[in-house]
Amino acid sequence: MIDVKNLSKSFGDHLVLDNISEHISPGEKVVVIGPSGSGKSTFLRCLNLLETPTAGTITFENTVITDPKVKIDKVRQQMGMVFQHFNLFPNMTIRKNITLAPVRTGLMKQDEADEVATALLKRVDLLDKAEAYPNQLSGGQKQRIAIVRALAMKPKVMLFDEPTSALDPEMVGEVLDVMKELARDGMTMVVVTHEMGFAREVGSRVLFMDGGHILEQNEPHAFFDHPQNPRTQLFLSKVL
Amino acid sequence: MDWAQYYAQLSEMARAGQELGFFENFFRLFYQAFIEGNRWQLYLRGLAVTLQLTVIALCIGIVLGVLVAVVRTAHDQQRLGRRSIFLSFCNILCQIYTTVIRGTPMMVQLLIWGFVIFSSSRNKTMVGALGIGINSGAYVAEIVRAGLMSVDGGQAEAGRSLGLNYFDTMRYIVIPQAFKNILPALGNEFIVLFKDTSLVSAIGGAELIYYAKAVGSKTFEVMFPYLGVAVIYLTAVLILTWLQGKLERRLRQSDRR
Repeated sequence: MIDVKNLSKSFGDHLVLDNISEHISPGEKVVVIGPSGSGKSTFLRCLNLLETPTAGTITFENTVITDPKVKIDKVRQQMGMVFQHFNLFPNMTIRKNITLAPVRTGLMKQDEADEVATALLKRVDLLDKAEAYPNQLSGGQKQRIAIVRALAMKPKVMLFDEPTSALDPEMVGEVLDVMKELARDGMTMVVVTHEMGFAREVGSRVLFMDGGHILEQNEPHAFFDHPQNPRTQLFLSKVL
Repeated sequence: MDWAQYYAQLSEMARAGQELGFFENFFRLFYQAFIEGNRWQLYLRGLAVTLQLTVIALCIGIVLGVLVAVVRTAHDQQRLGRRSIFLSFCNILCQIYTTVIRGTPMMVQLLIWGFVIFSSSRNKTMVGALGIGINSGAYVAEIVRAGLMSVDGGQAEAGRSLGLNYFDTMRYIVIPQAFKNILPALGNEFIVLFKDTSLVSAIGGAELIYYAKAVGSKTFEVMFPYLGVAVIYLTAVLILTWLQGKLERRLRQSDRR
């Protein structure tokens, strides 16, 4: 589904991603972990070109999206993204937050989008907030809305950039529950997170990144129980 | 006694060189400046032109300002290695425009518009509106640019990640939020613009000051015409400020918790 070849990204002289190649298959739940500054967020943001790679190619569903001639908006419509800081639009109601993109991109008519929004809001148990503004919501609620907003575009893959890192510990659970449900429904997911429990439970594959490289990857149980790379062992000994 | 008769009597006394009391003189000058020969109509006509000037200049200023601001932010936000030559060219034009306009006095610009570029034009009021609008555009551009930069980058990223294009993202997400942030500065700029229309009288535009001067030169008394004009401007600005406050409160709706 997503094929990354020799991806490099540098900010000025600082090399953040160093020649990464990776393949993500449909239905996979790839969890990316690693210390701060390891490049995991940059890796994720390169997948939908929020960061332009310095070198290398990314292919999504047989389209080479790193090609400058590709209509990136069309590609992004099929890739949902959830951010650490939610990034809900504070100038719109929750319903408008959800329906804006499907309507403006021509995916749905307004009434159709409203129905989709209602159904999605029901699913995350926030239908009563449809006419509220983002500032009236708690962090956990905001992030659930952000997930739903991305889902309204009916994406083929969902990218999560540390979705629970800005939340009160109390609210992490409700967001992870939504993500787990999404995983059960078979959504392809790439999740950058510090939630090791989530990685172990939901992930079909765990990538460990440091210094712009993917140092180790494995199926979660083997990864957490028998890490091979000394750097991985050190990292896991500190966070587990 | 009739006011008109009283006025005639007082001006007769003044002409004869008689000393008038303070209030008698006050009444005489006030009547002379505003009421004799229905002069208040002149001020109203001037005010109408001033308002017209303001609205036209405002429209020019906003259109130019937003255009320049969008070009300049779009240029600055281009991804490295994908710079468009056309955008760079527009950006340079915009920079020249803001530099020249902000670097020269409004009065000089108006004189150039009125007596150099449009020296043969008979409608100096419209020339003035153009001059002031173009001047205002440069300042509005900087205000709008600051507003666009004040919106968290994550907002635009969220919009783009949903597949919205650059202009929809700007139109529905960034600009509405920027507008709310810059409303105080923008309101201030509009008040400045409203008052600056008075400079148009220098190139012969028939606005409020122009008529006040006309009355002054007819009666050889400028105190009341000028004070009257000051009061009119002040009143108008108070009304504008009030409207601005109302709008700000309305836009703050989404902030309530």
